[in-house]
Amino acid sequence: MSIEEDNAKKGSTHADESPAESHHKDEDGPISQYGGPIIFYFLIGLIASLVVGWVIFPQLLYSKKHQPFDFSHKLHMEEVDNGCESCHFFREDGTFSGAPKLAQCIGCHEDMQGVSEDEAEFVEEHVAKNREVPWLIYAKQPDCVFFSHAAHVVSAKMECATCHGEMGESDHLKIYEENRISGYSRDIWGKNIAGLKHNTWDRMKMDDCAECHLKETGRTSSIQTEKDGCMVCHK
Amino acid sequence: MKIDRRSFLSLGIGAAAGTMLSPLPWKITDDLSIWSQNWPWTPVPEDGEITYTSSICTLCPAGCGISVRKIGDRVVKIEGLKESPVNSGGICVLGLSGPQLLYSPLRIQAPLKRKGKRGEDQWETISWKDAVFEMAKKLGDLRSQGKPQTVAAISGQRYGSTAGLLKRLLTAYGSPNFFHVPSMEDTYEQVLQTMGNVDGMAGFDIEHSDYVLSFGSGILDGWGSPVRMFRAHSQLKQKNGKLIQIEARLSNTASKADRWVPINPGTEGDLALGFAYVIIQELLYKREWADKDPQGFEQFKNFVVNGFRPDSVSSITGVDTGIIIALAREFASASRPLAISGKGQGDVPGALAEFAAVYALNALVGNLNKPGGIWAMPAPDYIQWPTLTPDDVAKAGLDQPRLDGAKGSEKPLLNRFAQKVADGYPLEVLLISGANPAYTLPDTQGIKAALDKIPFIVSFSSFMDETARVSDLILPQPMYLERYEDVPCSPGFSKTYLGLSKPVVRPLLHTRNTGDVILDLANAMGDPIKGAFPWENYEACLKQTLGSRWEALTQKAAMVDEKAAGTLVQKFKFSLAPLQVNLSENAKKESDFPLKLIPFDSMRLANDAVISPPFMMKIVDDTILKGKDGFVEINPVTAKGLKLSEGKKALLTTPKGQATVRVHLFEGIKPGVIAMSRGLGHETPSDRFAGGKGININALIGSMEDPVSGLDATWGIQAKLAKI
Repeated sequence: MSIEEDNAKKGSTHADESPAESHHKDEDGPISQYGGPIIFYFLIGLIASLVVGWVIFPQLLYSKKHQPFDFSHKLHMEEVDNGCESCHFFREDGTFSGAPKLAQCIGCHEDMQGVSEDEAEFVEEHVAKNREVPWLIYAKQPDCVFFSHAAHVVSAKMECATCHGEMGESDHLKIYEENRISGYSRDIWGKNIAGLKHNTWDRMKMDDCAECHLKETGRTSSIQTEKDGCMVCHK
Repeated sequence: MKIDRRSFLSLGIGAAAGTMLSPLPWKITDDLSIWSQNWPWTPVPEDGEITYTSSICTLCPAGCGISVRKIGDRVVKIEGLKESPVNSGGICVLGLSGPQLLYSPLRIQAPLKRKGKRGEDQWETISWKDAVFEMAKKLGDLRSQGKPQTVAAISGQRYGSTAGLLKRLLTAYGSPNFFHVPSMEDTYEQVLQTMGNVDGMAGFDIEHSDYVLSFGSGILDGWGSPVRMFRAHSQLKQKNGKLIQIEARLSNTASKADRWVPINPGTEGDLALGFAYVIIQELLYKREWADKDPQGFEQFKNFVVNGFRPDSVSSITGVDTGIIIALAREFASASRPLAISGKGQGDVPGALAEFAAVYALNALVGNLNKPGGIWAMPAPDYIQWPTLTPDDVAKAGLDQPRLDGAKGSEKPLLNRFAQKVADGYPLEVLLISGANPAYTLPDTQGIKAALDKIPFIVSFSSFMDETARVSDLILPQPMYLERYEDVPCSPGFSKTYLGLSKPVVRPLLHTRNTGDVILDLANAMGDPIKGAFPWENYEACLKQTLGSRWEALTQKAAMVDEKAAGTLVQKFKFSLAPLQVNLSENAKKESDFPLKLIPFDSMRLANDAVISPPFMMKIVDDTILKGKDGFVEINPVTAKGLKLSEGKKALLTTPKGQATVRVHLFEGIKPGVIAMSRGLGHETPSDRFAGGKGININALIGSMEDPVSGLDATWGIQAKLAKI
């Protein structure tokens, strides 16, 4: 058989190209003919979804709500004698009063104390009409969570700021970012969408409570999780 | 740019990889799990300050003290008040369900005026001012026409300030037609009058008795003051006391009693006199009572000896002669025997002869005004309002013949209402407060026909019940937890009792206390009616009425006047007149209606003006109500004869009406007797829990007037059952 015949046989699968040319292209691997577009689309998909997941998703997930009117903790801390406890106190039966009711404010705010529009809103729409202020609660937990302020503040002598941050120094109430799916404040998961935190008050999910419980009490009542027992908070 | 399949796939893979490396799927999963925990049908009460307020429950006449727990402004739970002399911390399921009534979406929110025809359920909301104005005008017109007696009122309560104000309004206006809804208390009153020669109410010192002979009284089915009776029964058991329950059906009470004595319904009075026979013949009675009225006693003795020998009583009642004799001996030889009558919850007045016979039994064993016995309790007298002097128009009206045909001083006979209106007694206006006559009174068709003839009906109901539905004007009363009300007595209680129900929450809706509406009306009608009501508002009236008791009552909710017990002496006379009626003769057996249908009461269904709340509807047995079908209990022997088997449908017919029921085979009921629960069959379409479920037995039962007392003496009706 002549070389031309052999080549002709080999070359029969590559109709238009000479064997030498097709051999060069083969070095890059079978994907190379489509290679560029595939990697390109992969990267598009990857980058787009990363952007959606890290940037766009957090924006869409939270709606921004305003408190009924603005309130300055800093200003009021200067006026009261007992710090946070002056308005956020324990009742006689040990339950925690939470966000103040009108009864706590009326002592001073029966009439306007200052000149701000926010206070005007408060005195006219709420004090005068005896309507409780519908505050949005940043630290509100789901109903499955049992939390006792008395156990943490009175027994464990914790500072309010450890879980709630330095609210007392704020001049304004921050915007209430409500999770559109769960209905709770962004403060529970934390500002960081990945759930990374720097300070103890950045997050308030179960794992954050468990972390502190383990660190402070050393209890590992749960065999499964090697942390504190479930029924401590989920009664 | 053309994208082919592989590129598309790699785009997808890239997207998937990126998504997994972003927080999106993990955060969404976590959020979804929280979202699922917050679905709206899982009720979560608000957090807030916990407070307890003491008050009195007025959902039934018992007057139990309650402790209401609130979180913030919301009522969360009602429990019994430990310090209450009536219930000592206990509570029944109706009292417990109070919050469901308070927050019910079925509550009438504001005054309503009827649009369209009666029964079309078309209403328009009007203001209180307009409502009072309209009423005042209507009443004013009638008065100026010289027809004040054409205005009538039906009150669910007999005593208390609301009933008092309503009656006072009618008196100042000029109408003698004030009626309260009668019950066994009225019959007892008559017995005490005719045989005890005392004007008082009957009180039963069950707590100190050691042998209770109950003639069908539902001691554990809601008789008198239900929670009190449950506790008294427990005390009885702890002291090794005995309860003998005489009734045709194995009720809750009968099943817990030491002995159940099945009896032909309607013959309880005969049995009592049969016992009397034995007690007299064997000289087991207390001599001092016989000696108080020797002549009367001789007459009584002859009456009993001639007519009530144990063997003839046995054939009438169906109770074995030996048992009659044995029980009579047991009863008379107990140290503190007590006989009680008033079938079921005592909501129907019952036959005077039956009550009189049982009262005579009590007299024979000498327990009148003694510990463990029957007491005459003074009627409440704390209401001391200025004397009312009716003007000439009013006097003329008050002199007119009364609706029930009785004279002014005689007790009102509401059972004659339907017949008299049908016969043409001219009624122009009917006011209904705290009652639901279109449902609770027997002969429902007759009642409805009578209501149809009255041109103007005003209801003070808080709910759209059967009577409200056929009214022309509804002036809704706030719930008991939203208003003040005095609670003057507890039925069958052997202590003088006074309670104050007070508001626990601010009124939720645009309702107004009936007392205030009456005062508004009086004001609007001007003098002389206005002058009869010298109070600014109902609260002021109540404060003044209760005087020095107000402070104590706002703290303690109830007080008992220990000194009052025993101040009324029962001067017993063996009067024969009430006894000489043989009612069992009236119940002639008709071949067309071979069975006897009797109603029964239970703790799980409310059968008066209050409609059972959802909690109660949920605990009714499947043998009483299943789905929408009401049941009739029947003895298996009788059922077999009629070819009826368990759970099957049957047509129940009485001379008064007809209904499709399901059948429950029950060995605890006498052959030939069938029983149906009260409290069902409400015609309240907007109530998806109680509306349209079961049968209202009152629609099948008629009203039979007692020849002596004039009150309704019905215990049931002839009936027949046919397989469908």
